[in-house]
Amino acid sequence: MDYNTLLQVLDSTVRLATPLLLACLAGLFSERSGVIDIGLEGKMLIAAFFSAAIAAMTGSVWLGLGAGIVSAVLLSLVHGLASITFRGNQLISGVAINFLAAGLTVLIAQDWFGQGGRTPSLIGGGRWGNITLPFADTLSGVPVIGPLYAQLISGHSLLVYVGFLMVPLTWWVLFRTRFGLRLRAVGESPEAVDTAGVSVVGLRYAAVAICGLLCGIAGSYLATGLQAGFVKDMTAGRGYIALAALIFAKWRPWHALGACLLFGLLQAVALRYQNIDLGGITIPVQVMDALPYILTVVILAGFVGKAIPPRAGGEPYVKER
Amino acid sequence: MDRMPAWADAVLVPLISLLLAALLSALVILGIGENPIEALKLMVEGALLRSAGWGYTLYYATNFIFTGLAVSVAFHAKLFNIGGEGQAMIGGLGVALVCLYLPWPHWSLALVAASVAAALFGAVWAFIPAYLQAKRGSHIVITTIMFNFIAAALLNYLLVNVMKPEGQQDPATAIFPAATHLPTFQDMFATEAMPLFRGSPGNVTFFLAIAACLVVWALIWRTRLGYEIRALGHSESAARYAGISPVRTIVIAMLISGALAGLMGVNTAMGEAERLVMNATEGAGFIGIAVALMGRNHPIGVFLAAILFGFLYQGGAELALWTNIPRELIVVIQALVILFTGALDNMVRMPLERVFAARRRAARKTPAE
Amino acid sequence: MTDTAPAIELKGISKSFGPVQANKDISIRVMPGTIHGIIGENGAGKSTLMSILYGFYSADAGEIWVKGEKTVIPDSQAAIRAGIGMVFQHFKLVQNFTVLENVILGAEDGGLLKPSLSKARGVLKQLAEEYELSVDPDTQVQHLSVGHQQRVEILKALYRQADILILDEPTGVLTPAEADHLFRILDNLRAEGKTIILITHKLREIMEITDTVSVMRRGEMTATVKTAETSPEELAELMVGRKVLLRVDKAPAKPKEALLEIENLRHLDGQGVEKLRNISLEVRAGEIVGLAGVAGNGQSELLNVLGGYADATGTVRVNGREIPLSGRGCDGMARRAAGIGHVPEDRQREGLIMPYSAWENTVFGYHHGPETGSGLLMDNAAIRKEAAAKMERFDVRPPDPSLAAKNFSGGNQQKIVLAREIERNPDVLLIGQPTRGVDIGAIEFIHEQIVRLRDMGKAILLVSVELDEIFALSDRIAVMFDGRIMGVRDAGETDQRELGLLMAGITEDPGGDAYEAVDAAMDQKDHREAARHG
Repeated sequence: MDYNTLLQVLDSTVRLATPLLLACLAGLFSERSGVIDIGLEGKMLIAAFFSAAIAAMTGSVWLGLGAGIVSAVLLSLVHGLASITFRGNQLISGVAINFLAAGLTVLIAQDWFGQGGRTPSLIGGGRWGNITLPFADTLSGVPVIGPLYAQLISGHSLLVYVGFLMVPLTWWVLFRTRFGLRLRAVGESPEAVDTAGVSVVGLRYAAVAICGLLCGIAGSYLATGLQAGFVKDMTAGRGYIALAALIFAKWRPWHALGACLLFGLLQAVALRYQNIDLGGITIPVQVMDALPYILTVVILAGFVGKAIPPRAGGEPYVKER
Repeated sequence: MDRMPAWADAVLVPLISLLLAALLSALVILGIGENPIEALKLMVEGALLRSAGWGYTLYYATNFIFTGLAVSVAFHAKLFNIGGEGQAMIGGLGVALVCLYLPWPHWSLALVAASVAAALFGAVWAFIPAYLQAKRGSHIVITTIMFNFIAAALLNYLLVNVMKPEGQQDPATAIFPAATHLPTFQDMFATEAMPLFRGSPGNVTFFLAIAACLVVWALIWRTRLGYEIRALGHSESAARYAGISPVRTIVIAMLISGALAGLMGVNTAMGEAERLVMNATEGAGFIGIAVALMGRNHPIGVFLAAILFGFLYQGGAELALWTNIPRELIVVIQALVILFTGALDNMVRMPLERVFAARRRAARKTPAE
Repeated sequence: MTDTAPAIELKGISKSFGPVQANKDISIRVMPGTIHGIIGENGAGKSTLMSILYGFYSADAGEIWVKGEKTVIPDSQAAIRAGIGMVFQHFKLVQNFTVLENVILGAEDGGLLKPSLSKARGVLKQLAEEYELSVDPDTQVQHLSVGHQQRVEILKALYRQADILILDEPTGVLTPAEADHLFRILDNLRAEGKTIILITHKLREIMEITDTVSVMRRGEMTATVKTAETSPEELAELMVGRKVLLRVDKAPAKPKEALLEIENLRHLDGQGVEKLRNISLEVRAGEIVGLAGVAGNGQSELLNVLGGYADATGTVRVNGREIPLSGRGCDGMARRAAGIGHVPEDRQREGLIMPYSAWENTVFGYHHGPETGSGLLMDNAAIRKEAAAKMERFDVRPPDPSLAAKNFSGGNQQKIVLAREIERNPDVLLIGQPTRGVDIGAIEFIHEQIVRLRDMGKAILLVSVELDEIFALSDRIAVMFDGRIMGVRDAGETDQRELGLLMAGITEDPGGDAYEAVDAAMDQKDHREAARHG
């Protein structure tokens, strides 16, 4: 494989990792607060649809982004209502949200556009343009580093950079701010937070809302950045891969970046090569598809370092008698 | 103290949840500019007023009975088996292998062997998540989700690269030999004078599903194993104290659950398609969650809920055929049912409990005064 | 003093949980700069009252006055603002946070952590010197001993500038020496003018440290007296409403052959910490051996190992036959088959399946036995019939086998467990905390049953954190400390002082002030604890 191909694969890795990363960090906020969220998929999906739909109707990708975020946050609040206010089963709520999004998007798409559950293809201002970083063209002639800068680092849409900047931001919020301290505390020991006079419910809703916000950006990028419009079930399991990455990263922001890049790479390779020939042994493309899931199971099995989730995860908080 | 009478818990709560889900669904239909009453009428006509409609309804219901039972057996052990989808896919693989590669003189023998294979394959697919949960504490919800995707990839590989006959385009196996084709309701009940169930896929597997309901009922409420499964589900520490091995019980409960999900493959592969196709499960594994939740994990409840969802599926197909409402409406309804009967259970329950508490107080006061 | 406003005054507080009235028209005045004890049995309503004061629950009726001002306390935040701090029985700490992070949680200055952390570090240092409250600020709480975790809770309250401190059963989890250290801290706090409310059910603590004591019984405040003007006997009577003699009528034991022989028993917990260290003990037919000790010194682990649900090494013989201590054949059911009955320490978490009906619970652990029938299916009708008879014999009320276990009172739940375990006629009966959370009437019945079983020639091993109960029932008393048996004494030939020293790990009575010796022993234990966590 020559350098140029490598760069192309890595470039596509970055693009494919972005929605995973945003969704993964979304899940990180939620789960660090003790609210397990297997509804990342649904929130991304609904955001993808509304972003594409609004962008298609208004021609503004920014309005699309806004609509995507609003819709994902609304779904988040449904999850919050079920799992925080009514202390329901968070897993079941997540499952319900995924189906709700899968059904509603097609239903509304059919009603609005009548194209069999898809939005019209986005053109012009309805899509995110690629940003050329300063000196990308000038430097592209420099060997090795030039193409790396011009192709891999420069030339992505705004949301890609947003996604990657979210990693240090998340880390900073989580470990350097009061909000982060309380957020981590409420996921480990909500009774400690409650007796310290801080609202458990408030913190968890905040976390769930942030989760919705980030899922909204993720879904928006999917439909208006990575692709040009919404098609039925376009998240294609990315929410679950993000969830897998979250476990893989053991709920830590920088590790989440690593995990998402790895899974993004697998997707990029699977996309580019149908079957990979490794000296006589052919690896079918399905192995690439399944690899993120297999790796996650291996991690979950604790053969490669145990993944210990936040202690209060999945447990609704009830004041003890 | 119990806050509500048992009947309210078993019947009233799910019924109100269902009503709420129905109400919201009606609003959704209104929202997309259609008439919910007309829609319901169409659904009832298409699914229940013709025998062929019933044939479809019961065909879908058969799938949902299996997956619903699968989810509920696991629920009794407090395990959330969200992997019914993958287990059913692999169960279908077992069916295909038995039907394609072994010679069968008669469908009844083939049915027995295919059922065993389906159950076995489904159980095997549930085994690794079960073992990891029991032995290493890996969260079974996550592992079973992962195994759904792994199953899909595996099946995709097998159908595309291995089992697809040469020259065929779509990823599917060859048609099963005629001797393995199961009798449909039409074969069984239609006469010259009464052409019932014409062209519908409902078949003899439905009766297998009913038998599964009976077996699961006896298993959970009458056997020592069921006693242990439920005990473990209520309290792991107590189970340990009693000498019930959590590892063994978790694994067995999941094997049974996986086997039940796998059995669905008999209905889809052998009963309907008569070959194994990609995506034969069509999300039935997930509908099992809704069915189990609505049926309160009881085989009778599961049976009724499965029929209801069978009706919704068939009715939804009719809607998609005659109106501008896509089939995904059913997915929305399914989501709302899961949401209200599962996650928002307390929203329905808490006000009801208050009503019953008030009634009890009133009842106590009256004789004293 | 007369014109000083009380630090806390409660007027007519009432609170109900559903049909249960936890607090009935309670009024109390707590004077500033004093230690005010609130004593009462389990379930008397002490914790509920304090939770109302801390804003955890809201009262149905009544008023709260803090420092002479009527105050509404809708949540913990309001309580903290009013200067009230609370140390709960079960600590409210974030286990994987450092001491410092735990202290500032909820009391941060500003949105960024850095300034808060450095400020807290200074304050903590100061508090440590002032009140003998030293804890390493950078250690994660999960690596601290229980006593130190409690200090963190006190530090949290002081950091929030609480001048009224509520402690709920603070010594339940402490060794006598840790408890003593705690009392020194409380003494210092009182000297600095802080007000302390001490909730406990232990008379000794009340007599030792409080200035005033209020007694609660069944949700009501029955009396408030000056500690100096009362006696333990009077308080006990006020607590239970009548004179109680924790004495059980029993003939002297006539022990015969050893039915339970334990030799060199060792057990490691999940983290690899040795919880049982070379235990050897013998329980003979016709005797009750009481296992005394502060909670957490290995008693529970010993019961779990003997009950078959924790692995161990060593030798255990029942009726002369060795039983496996790990692997196949080591589980609760095998133990029952070998002749061991087990009334576990926690009936709600272990002894019963709470949603199961009473009849289902009467075969729990014995459900593979002959009484469930011989067929593939369980003979539910037979089990139900037998359960009704058992409930009759053990005076379970209401005698309804179909009622779920969770709907019985604590005492009646315990009777269901006892009926199940005793009626199987085991050679050896393990009993943990037989009367925890059980009403007085049922206590007597349960004690009688245990003695009756002894007189039938069974070997009984009794674990209880209530020393009074150990004294009342046991023929011999073994004391556990830090996973070891420190000594075995005949019940008639020992006293509280000797057992107290043994419970702190001291075998030789040093004479003079026992507490100093205890202190030294505790320090050693803390060092070991710290070394284990590395």
